[in-house]
Amino acid sequence: MEDTILAVQMKGITKVYPNGIAANQGVDFNVRRGEIHALMGENGAGKSTLMKMLFGLEQPTEGEIVINGETVSLTSPTVAISKGIGMVHQHFMLVPSLTVAENIVLGMEPTRGMFIDYAEAVRITEEFSQRYNLHVEPHAKVMDIPVGMKQKVEILKALVRGAKILILDEPTAVLTSQETAELFKELIHFKEQGHTIIFISHKLKEIKQITDRMTIMRGGKSMGVFNTADVSEQDISRLMVGRDVVLKVEKEKAQPTDTVLRVEDIHYENEYGKKMLNGVSFTVRRGEILGIAGVEGNGQRELVSMLFDMVPPDAGTITVEGQTVTGAGQRRIRDMGVSHIPEDRMTYGAAGTASIEENLISDRFEKPAFHKGVLFDMEAIHRESDQLIRDYLILCRSGKQQVKMLSGGNIQKVVVAREFSCGPKLIIADQPTRGIDVGATEFIRRKLVELSREGAAVLLVSADLNEVMELSDSLMVFCGGEIAAYFEDTSALTDEEMGEYMLGLKRQSPEEIRRAFHE
Amino acid sequence: MKMLTDIFGIIFTEAFAFSIFRITTPILFAALAAVVADRAGVTNIGLEGIMMISALTGVIFSAWTQSAWIGLLCAILLGMATALMIGFFALKLKTDIILAGIAVNMLGSGGTVFFMYLASGDRGYSANLASKVMPTVNIPGLQSIPVLGGILSGHNILTYLAFAAVLLVWVLLYKTPMGLQIRAVGESPNAADSVGVSVNRIKYIALGISGALAGLGGAFMSMGYMSSFNTGMTAGRGFIALAAEAMGRGEPIGTMLTSLLFGFADALANNMQSLGLPQELVAMTPYVFTIVGLAAYAASTLKKNRKKLE
Repeated sequence: MEDTILAVQMKGITKVYPNGIAANQGVDFNVRRGEIHALMGENGAGKSTLMKMLFGLEQPTEGEIVINGETVSLTSPTVAISKGIGMVHQHFMLVPSLTVAENIVLGMEPTRGMFIDYAEAVRITEEFSQRYNLHVEPHAKVMDIPVGMKQKVEILKALVRGAKILILDEPTAVLTSQETAELFKELIHFKEQGHTIIFISHKLKEIKQITDRMTIMRGGKSMGVFNTADVSEQDISRLMVGRDVVLKVEKEKAQPTDTVLRVEDIHYENEYGKKMLNGVSFTVRRGEILGIAGVEGNGQRELVSMLFDMVPPDAGTITVEGQTVTGAGQRRIRDMGVSHIPEDRMTYGAAGTASIEENLISDRFEKPAFHKGVLFDMEAIHRESDQLIRDYLILCRSGKQQVKMLSGGNIQKVVVAREFSCGPKLIIADQPTRGIDVGATEFIRRKLVELSREGAAVLLVSADLNEVMELSDSLMVFCGGEIAAYFEDTSALTDEEMGEYMLGLKRQSPEEIRRAFHE
Repeated sequence: MKMLTDIFGIIFTEAFAFSIFRITTPILFAALAAVVADRAGVTNIGLEGIMMISALTGVIFSAWTQSAWIGLLCAILLGMATALMIGFFALKLKTDIILAGIAVNMLGSGGTVFFMYLASGDRGYSANLASKVMPTVNIPGLQSIPVLGGILSGHNILTYLAFAAVLLVWVLLYKTPMGLQIRAVGESPNAADSVGVSVNRIKYIALGISGALAGLGGAFMSMGYMSSFNTGMTAGRGFIALAAEAMGRGEPIGTMLTSLLFGFADALANNMQSLGLPQELVAMTPYVFTIVGLAAYAASTLKKNRKKLE
């Protein structure tokens, strides 16, 4: 300890927002030079706020920040960058229509006379790309490159600006397991070159695998610093949520009965003429959870939007208990007993500026139970919403609170409370636990299993391999707009096997795939 | 049938082709102004008002100084100042930028009458002011070529500047650091911000350029297209320019082509009056073009968006 110099020292940091919320209270956060340090905590624990202060996006109300022994005042990202701090945001900060090289030099463009020296921009990109072993295509437009490469561009952006301390905000949330493995190799390479890495993640396994030490936060306070080797996954989750989280979901064997959702020979070509769905057929039956695994962008999103009649298929039929979905419209699809947990909860799941109560009744406000003559029966609405808030453990001050003021996990609980409480026959759960904390994740997963065992048909789409494998009774793998594999029983599956199907290295025979469609 | 041949008789003349370029000039300036602002993510809906203000400024200052060039310079500067005022309201005081633009448009239509009355004692038009006009340019060599010379030579210097500005705006947007930053700020301000590009600074600069271009368009109205200022003389060109920019998808070259389309419609309207059609009906032509053009544009983007699943 005597010899190690601290790269980052945040002492007694308190941050109180103008609305009175104290996001950080007296947090101490120390990172040694050349280590990979995890910052862990549930949503709303104050990790992002702490990192925003380190990157100059927010200023602490109290406390001191010391970088490499020098007390600094980080008033903007520009100042933070000049102190050698770089941040890779969870939501990429890239300009889609610009090329990789243009994104990398943005704000520090090399020039020849008055003009941009594009050749030099490409050279800089290639130089750093080689030095750090991060392969990117300098001339490609960012909108055309895969997610994994976008992340490399983000990392390069920070490195080109001289970052020695890299903050990575949930870097693996969007990556496949292969891409994650590659990222980890790169991170270790950075560490060997003397860079310091702060790694924010929810995923316990990853943290165990790659970090040297960790700081755990809960409720805006630091729960302490630990050597990764000294704590178990159970310890970590207990420190994060204050109780033991059952990471395994207990479920009985599924007893599937009648077919609810029938998808037959769907084809779809997107606006660029790319074939996104090519002859997809499957069924979901009462009492089972059918999972869809696959790298994002292999047709899952298109499929889900068709199931909810947001996009018409070019060919094929979709029925719910014999009723055609295409052209039916949202209202009638909901009347068929379909509920939807959308991937993008703030766009399709909830109205941010509306209250929790309003969001909770948004699918049922037309019911006579909530009316008194032509006006709403506010009493009945309060009762309904208070009941749901209790049942679904939504943490809030009251049902009148704006949804956007809640943490990610609680917003998702609002969506889930509405979608699960309407007596659904079919639940389409699209990335139901993305980016939310362990507690909320566990709660939502358990509810899903519970509803399926009570007789609902569940279609689960998730990029989180653990999630689909853990929850699904049977499982499909999507690759290139087709079903690459179907597994009647998921219990014997391994990650490696799944990876091979997801990346198109393996494919089942047409007969095996046809089993996904139950007559 | 007779009508149709008459119309074609008009279209296929040198004078008509010449008038397209002349009429396109103010639309093109304003449309380029819209391009620069829009690409930086600021919608400058105040173009119409800026053009009015600059048209009057050019007349007053050229009359006072007896120099067309000083008049032009003042028109440009006041155009910039007005656009920056929109920026101040929208970026600093956080008002809605559309409302700020509408306010400028109303200021442009009402304020110009007031100031013209102060300057000339007339509420209708500036006949009392001995204002100057920008020179026309005969291009040696080109002007002696039959047909082409008659169409392309002998225009007001601002007409040439307008088409040169297409190239300049293109170079600005695609070849300079400023242009890269403008496009980045307009498309994803967070990305620009995360690398230390000041989003507001870029927006102010883009608005300033936009105001200067709209100012040039206004100055052309009163110091080239006509030789005096009269109330309401821009007649919706600032709005037509917004349509031209939208149809041109914010690209300088595309915007030039759509501006020419509107110039053509306008020129046609001017000429059809001689055919004995009711003047009111004919005067609608450019606006009908605008509506049809915008509808076609909206339909095409709608189709594109429906296919896009984001």
